[in-house]
Amino acid sequence: MAANGFPKYKSDGSRLGDLMEWFDARFPMSSMWKAHLSEYYAPKNFNFWYFFGSIAIVVLIIQFVTGIFLTMHYQPDGTLNASGISGAFASVEYIMREVPGGWFIRYMHSTGASAFFIVVYLHMFRGMLYGSYRKPRELIWIFGVLIFLCLMAEAFMGYLLPWGQMSYWGAQVILNMFTAIPVVGEDLSTLIRGDYVVSDATLNRFFALHVCAVPLALLGLVVAHILALHEVGSNNPDGVEIKNFKDEKGIPLDGVPFHPHYTIGHDLPANVIFLFFFFGVVFFWPEVGGYFLEYNNFLPADPMQTPAHLAPVWYFTPFYSMLRAMVWNFFWIDAKVWGVISMFAGVLILLFLPWLDRSPAKSIRYRGPIFKVLLAIFVFSFVILGFLGTKAPDYHFFGYTPSEGFNPLNILLSGSFHTKFFTFYYFLFFLTMPFWSKIDKCKPVPERVTFK
Amino acid sequence: MKTHAIKLFKRLAAAALFAPVLAMAAGALQLDKAPVSTDSQSLQRGAELFVNYCLNCHSASAVRYNQLQKIGFTDKEITEKLIFTGGKVGDLMTIAMTPGNAEAWFGIAPPDLSLMARAKASPEASGADYLYTYLRSFYKDEKRPTGWNNKVFANVGMPHAMWDLQEGQTTAEFDKSVADLVSFMVWMGEPIAGTRKFIGIFVLIFLVGFYVLTHKLGKTYWKDIH
Repeated sequence: MAANGFPKYKSDGSRLGDLMEWFDARFPMSSMWKAHLSEYYAPKNFNFWYFFGSIAIVVLIIQFVTGIFLTMHYQPDGTLNASGISGAFASVEYIMREVPGGWFIRYMHSTGASAFFIVVYLHMFRGMLYGSYRKPRELIWIFGVLIFLCLMAEAFMGYLLPWGQMSYWGAQVILNMFTAIPVVGEDLSTLIRGDYVVSDATLNRFFALHVCAVPLALLGLVVAHILALHEVGSNNPDGVEIKNFKDEKGIPLDGVPFHPHYTIGHDLPANVIFLFFFFGVVFFWPEVGGYFLEYNNFLPADPMQTPAHLAPVWYFTPFYSMLRAMVWNFFWIDAKVWGVISMFAGVLILLFLPWLDRSPAKSIRYRGPIFKVLLAIFVFSFVILGFLGTKAPDYHFFGYTPSEGFNPLNILLSGSFHTKFFTFYYFLFFLTMPFWSKIDKCKPVPERVTFK
Repeated sequence: MKTHAIKLFKRLAAAALFAPVLAMAAGALQLDKAPVSTDSQSLQRGAELFVNYCLNCHSASAVRYNQLQKIGFTDKEITEKLIFTGGKVGDLMTIAMTPGNAEAWFGIAPPDLSLMARAKASPEASGADYLYTYLRSFYKDEKRPTGWNNKVFANVGMPHAMWDLQEGQTTAEFDKSVADLVSFMVWMGEPIAGTRKFIGIFVLIFLVGFYVLTHKLGKTYWKDIH
């Protein structure tokens, strides 16, 4: 018997069987296979929202593999060649033009970055729909939020590497924000940059962090995320515990083996659909209208020329909006500091979600109207914040030009007003959750899962 | 109070209605649609115009001369028609002037053009549209040191490099020349664009077929689950 209670592999007398027995006696191969795949029982009522976890793993693998090949040809070099182009920028174009298949690898990596965020946002939203963060799954959620944070760091540092105009100025703006932190700000941002401005030193350390440090942390957290999940078992669209009803062998009545029912029977076709869209973008629309690859980033970084319009890549824009929403110097502290606090708080507040939610029902199927309405507005506000984050601060909806004097339209159509309004709503949604989630009129939750 | 609300609603509706008009008014200048061609004759003509009119001040340092085999040139043609410096076909399309010198002489270094067709794209128009309109929008302006100004790029540092070409051609002919040049610059921005779309068709067809198989396979595991 292995330490976790699974029997050890017994040889059938064949050569291969003997080798397997020898191996399994020394390594928990068969017990790990059983514990995490063939005898891990997942609720049978998963719907399409449960695709995104496995798709996220596929994207992670795509990023790792393509990243390894890119590293073979990319040069983190900010110095300029005779034509005034940096080694980094030139090496990306070398990959695009002269490395066999290089364009394919690079487009997979650049599309993968955006795809990762689409998939992870949907995966997190699934958690909110069905209360997957609720007891006893708090740690799964916390590891997940940490993965999201790592992903943001990974994307931010990776975006500097092509050393284009948006790479350079995006990093410059974000790293300058750290100077707003009282007392240590200046020194901290100099420490991160390794210089007084974003330079070759910054590029090299971001490269090291992007290809080595952060991926290691990411991988560790993904393992922790899955181990924690398999320890307590998966939630499901009904938000009920399948472990409450087991057969005589201890197998949940509403559970099916994760492998093959979910791996092949559910996630494989879903991943093929995902790859259809993924490769549709890679082969036919790699720039996605300037959202996946920004037009300005086809210009080499020029430290002497700030682009007229600076916006981060789309997946950062909701949080970038939260940064820009803060324009008041509360308590004599610079608005910039509040902006930084608000941006980080926007992510970190998610860590507290398991304790903010006090609803008796986990799943949206049995939760009351307050939750449904507030969640719908929450989604709307997140999308609007994302949209406004791509626009200039003086943006107005419908191309409206503010008129002189008092005019309610000046406020109603102002992007900056909505940035503040929806940032306020974003935080209000979480901070008031303990109250409204408790008083919401939930429907009775069934004991067993519903299955067509 | 009620009339006030109605007024506000009317204003909102008007704003929504006139939004496209306002947006157009804001975006100062409409760019002409560039007739981009992938035809090798156009691209070759564009390449010749490029090395004659652009590649003296601007580099295209991401492009190697022998990459132009992909638009139908032979190595011999490349050496004879496109390389004036005694360079080799394996050289990059660089120029002799350094960015430092250029800045000292012109005030600003002419940018590398390898990716300009991609960089000049915007949500409203393609980079080709921008270049096509820009290159046809030079006008004489005595106030500028070069004697030229541009409707798309006000107070541009570049003179009208193709003025002699424009003078010797009809408007239609010059438009065609610029279209060929822009087509070449689009090709140069992403030489593998054609390959990528070609391979993509097969990849997507494969994935559709593969989905049908995996979907059927997947269903077999679930037929006994009730």
